[in-house]
Amino acid sequence: MIDYFNNIIKIMSEYWDVFLVTGVGYTLLLSFITVFFGAILGVFLCLGRMANFKPLNWVVIAIVEVVRGTPILLQLYIGYFLVPKILPFTVPDFLSVCIALIINSAAYTSEIFRSGIQAVDKGQTEAARSLGLSASQTMTRIILPQAIKNILPALGNEFVMIIKETSLASTFFVGELMTSYLKVKGNTYLTMECLLIVGVIYFAMTSVLSKLLSIFERRLKAND
Amino acid sequence: MIRTENLHKSFHIAGRENLHVLRGVNEHIKKGEVVSVIGPSGGGKSTFLRCLNMLETPEEGKIFFEGVEITGANVDINIHRQKMGMVFQHFNVFPHLSVKDNITLAPVLLKKKTQQEADEMAKELLNRVGLIDKIDEHPGRLSGGQKQRLAIVRALAMEPDVMLFDEPTSALDPEMVGEVLEVIKNLVKTGMTSVIVTHEMGFAREVSDRVLFMDAGLIAESGTPEELFRHPQNARTQEFLSKVLY
Repeated sequence: MIDYFNNIIKIMSEYWDVFLVTGVGYTLLLSFITVFFGAILGVFLCLGRMANFKPLNWVVIAIVEVVRGTPILLQLYIGYFLVPKILPFTVPDFLSVCIALIINSAAYTSEIFRSGIQAVDKGQTEAARSLGLSASQTMTRIILPQAIKNILPALGNEFVMIIKETSLASTFFVGELMTSYLKVKGNTYLTMECLLIVGVIYFAMTSVLSKLLSIFERRLKAND
Repeated sequence: MIRTENLHKSFHIAGRENLHVLRGVNEHIKKGEVVSVIGPSGGGKSTFLRCLNMLETPEEGKIFFEGVEITGANVDINIHRQKMGMVFQHFNVFPHLSVKDNITLAPVLLKKKTQQEADEMAKELLNRVGLIDKIDEHPGRLSGGQKQRLAIVRALAMEPDVMLFDEPTSALDPEMVGEVLEVIKNLVKTGMTSVIVTHEMGFAREVSDRVLFMDAGLIAESGTPEELFRHPQNARTQEFLSKVLY
């Protein structure tokens, strides 16, 4: 037990920057890029899902179902091998993995948007339309401002989820926290100690974020 | 002002039999008239009312509003809805907007008024219904009765030609029914054409020029409150009235 503790201290004094700077930095960067662009793409998927045009609905449903029904690791592999073949320039691994993660996240966020919008009481739409507002005015002035309160907390949770899921990107050595683990373990041969360090860092990131989110959520509710 | 011809409406629920709610409703509501619609639940009262401003699309039949067939193709229903205020059972006030913004949103957005004019009118309307001290509150802070009074003035802010009330007091606590009915009473006294779906028989009797009894998707009987409540002709009307206390 005391050996573990001493080893961890030793590893951290030598490799702290690999974990805390490179690892955490890339993990947060990858997660942020994924959720940010995933949300933008998610908006379009959501529009396609809710549009009054059946074939478009079906396409979006198919995308969402396939993404949700297959393992994320498989999607990363496909992204890793497929993206460099499609794009006409040399694609860094980081970008290929990022694109796969973005598509995965977009499928989930589009459902977050849709359920957030549908959770707004139907009576709100009826009241707005009865005043003579058009469908788009009703959406932008009445429904979306209310839906955002359902959407933002769920989007925050998605961010927390993605932080954990980016660990799979270490399969392709893209430099995030789990990659730091692979590197340091390779140098020191201290597997368990490195895993513990990485575990604590992941837990610290997600719990701090969750805490911030719940404070933010309470703020939103207080405004009602 | 509003005329319906042979209105039919069914609801299709997957796995169940079609619900044929309106079975050919013919009705003519004249300018300045106050019409109450009473009858048993499921008789089609609310559906009839919601068809009048096309919140429900009838499958068959025509609706004429101020001479225009609003059931016709290529009709911009939004323009006609601006002239028809509606008050809902569950208030449906906008919770993310202040009391004032609830009232001014539509008139300003639809360019009927400048923000300043709308603000002035909001104050005047809120004064009328005793909510002026709530002008900057959010609806979450209002009681049910206050929300419904707000919903009424929100509709009035569009200066409609007709007001449609869909069971405006059914979701209220008993002690708040009076304040809402009072507001409606004062409104119809100003000559506002109104159609009121209600279970408040005493109220219907007091304010209406005409009462419609709807049952099984048809207007079974129509007459002055005196005729309908004192001397109902239709057997179903008689049975219904004998069961309700008022």
